Amino acid sequence: MSRRLTDLFARCKADSRAALVGYLTAGDPDVATSRALLLALADKSDILEIGMPFSDPMADGPVIQAASERALAAGTHINDVFALTRTVRDAYPDLGIVLMGYANVPYAMGFDIFAEKASAAGADAVLIVDIPPEEGHICDAAFKVHELDRILLLSPTSTDERIRLACDSGSGFIYYVSLTGITGADMGDVRLIQQKVAHIQAISAAAGNQMPVCVGFGVKTPAQAAQVARFADGVVVGSHFVARIADSGSSDETLAAITASANHMRRAVQTATAGTAS
Amino acid sequence: MSSSRPGSDFASMYDLEITHAPDAGGHFGRFGGRFAAETLMQPLKEIEAAFFEAWADDAFHAERLDLLEHYVGRATPLYHAERLSNQNGGAQIYLKREDLTHTGAHKINNTIGQGLLARRMEKKRVIAETGAGQHGVATATVAAMFGMKCDIYMGREDMARQMPNVLRMRLLGAKVIPVDSGTATLKDAVNEALRNWVATCEDTFYIFGTAAGPHPYPLLVRQFHTVIGQEARAQILKQAGRLPDVAVACVGGGSNAMGLLHPFRDDAAVKLVAVEAAGYGLKTGKHAASLAAGKAGILHGNLTYLLEDDEGQVQRTHSISAGLDYPGVGPELAFMLEEGRLQLDAATDEEAMAALQLLTRSEGIIPALESSHALAAGARIAQSMRQDQIVIINLSGRGDKDMDTVFRHLGWLEDAS
Repeated sequence: MSRRLTDLFARCKADSRAALVGYLTAGDPDVATSRALLLALADKSDILEIGMPFSDPMADGPVIQAASERALAAGTHINDVFALTRTVRDAYPDLGIVLMGYANVPYAMGFDIFAEKASAAGADAVLIVDIPPEEGHICDAAFKVHELDRILLLSPTSTDERIRLACDSGSGFIYYVSLTGITGADMGDVRLIQQKVAHIQAISAAAGNQMPVCVGFGVKTPAQAAQVARFADGVVVGSHFVARIADSGSSDETLAAITASANHMRRAVQTATAGTAS
Repeated sequence: MSSSRPGSDFASMYDLEITHAPDAGGHFGRFGGRFAAETLMQPLKEIEAAFFEAWADDAFHAERLDLLEHYVGRATPLYHAERLSNQNGGAQIYLKREDLTHTGAHKINNTIGQGLLARRMEKKRVIAETGAGQHGVATATVAAMFGMKCDIYMGREDMARQMPNVLRMRLLGAKVIPVDSGTATLKDAVNEALRNWVATCEDTFYIFGTAAGPHPYPLLVRQFHTVIGQEARAQILKQAGRLPDVAVACVGGGSNAMGLLHPFRDDAAVKLVAVEAAGYGLKTGKHAASLAAGKAGILHGNLTYLLEDDEGQVQRTHSISAGLDYPGVGPELAFMLEEGRLQLDAATDEEAMAALQLLTRSEGIIPALESSHALAAGARIAQSMRQDQIVIINLSGRGDKDMDTVFRHLGWLEDAS
């Protein structure tokens, strides 16, 4: 695991709290505004997920689909994503940074070049939604060479065999998709999520590779974030932040909205003391 | 294996051996695979297991082949189009008449197969994407027959140009859900169907319409359509006493192409030709020829040829035929092309429209615009051949659904736009 992610989860653990993982799509609504928004969210987050816009975001709901469309319409290129990443890294040396997206963008560039550029820009990890462990042969070597963690997803449909596979093949942390559905859907029954997370943690520990488990997809309100923060190692909030961009008018207004939302989420996650789930 | 169903001459026509299978992960060489979101990995594995179990079960084939015979109307004829051959000049043209199947296109071969799988897996609801609407109609038909709930995802732009099929699906009891995202065509309908499936996979079976998508769909769809080529092979041997020199099919995703071409793969002397939609012309950039003009990429769960920009953003395609208007192609066709087993050809909108009229006037058969692409290229190829040679063209569907487009093209209707 990257030094930075290891240290960060250790710090959170020492503080008895979950990590806040914030997501925004790079270049949404345009590169200049996106720079300010990413920096604002980075300021309140432990880990920042930077979405790489793609024409066909199959696992995303309408909110993040629209973000990709806005970013691409504004002329966002993959090199802008790297430049934005670099800007955030320079401002926040201890922040965890995950580049998130779909396989075809890095594949088109070539995974070697992609990994080199991502690493040079200061990313710690990469999460590619449509490369399951079984297809890791196309990217794992490149990520390893450039010391990038590969974040793998698990979901309510993942069997024990798949949980073990993800623990063996992934690194950094496990991203648990809290619902069977797309980003931004309604969060499922929190007790079921808690059970599955505990189950993943147990299997991961038994496999001798205990990875932090962050929970995402569907966490929309500070109250939900607090509920999840009581048992997960991290809480991922995406659509909730992205929706502020669609709802706001000027870039100043958007920045204020993201900052306010990030503050609320930060407070919710920080005040939910770990291990006190009812 | 093929002779194990007693009392059925019909069933004994088909060879059930799976040849040229992908590896365990669904890869055809470097193509194919299962590039799917984690939530779908387990459902896909369950479908794969159910498919292999069913394929080894004589009862499954007995029911499938019985439906293909008595419900779909197989075997479809292989028709020697003599007037067309004479007018065109060159080789003898034989048409594989998939247009005569129930619902009017080859798509029903696959929806019968996947519908039976869905029932076997006790799924209550089926979903599908559709471009031209033929796969949607074939899915809605099977859903009606099996008593399943059915939702069809269709790009809003495709709904406008294939309205008769939209109405047929509704009449059959399916809900047609318009897709406005992206380019509002077939690729976006696939995205939306996948998004729905992620949320509903527990009780829903995704009946995928073409020989693409994540493993096991390319294999499933191919196997359910090989009846086309197996019949054609037996029929030409009976009618002409020999194999064809060339077999031709149009390619959008590749279901009718794999269906016709796969059974001829080991006949080294038979040229296999895939005809892509050249739209306004390959040089204009406004086409759907992913094999001819695309490069390797990953979309909709598989690695294949894609039309995309330098940074991997999938491009808008153009074809007059909604069923070919797709930026990707089945991974096995990409593999066969690189392997050297497949030859590429292309037909423009204009050429397809001319071929449609040629067949209509010379033989009294109105083909679908998709199939007209195969006709255009197939007739051209035949012209460069001798009269004693044979070209089989897959007439994958009938043209009823395209009449509005054709009449507008001919200026017989006021263009509403």
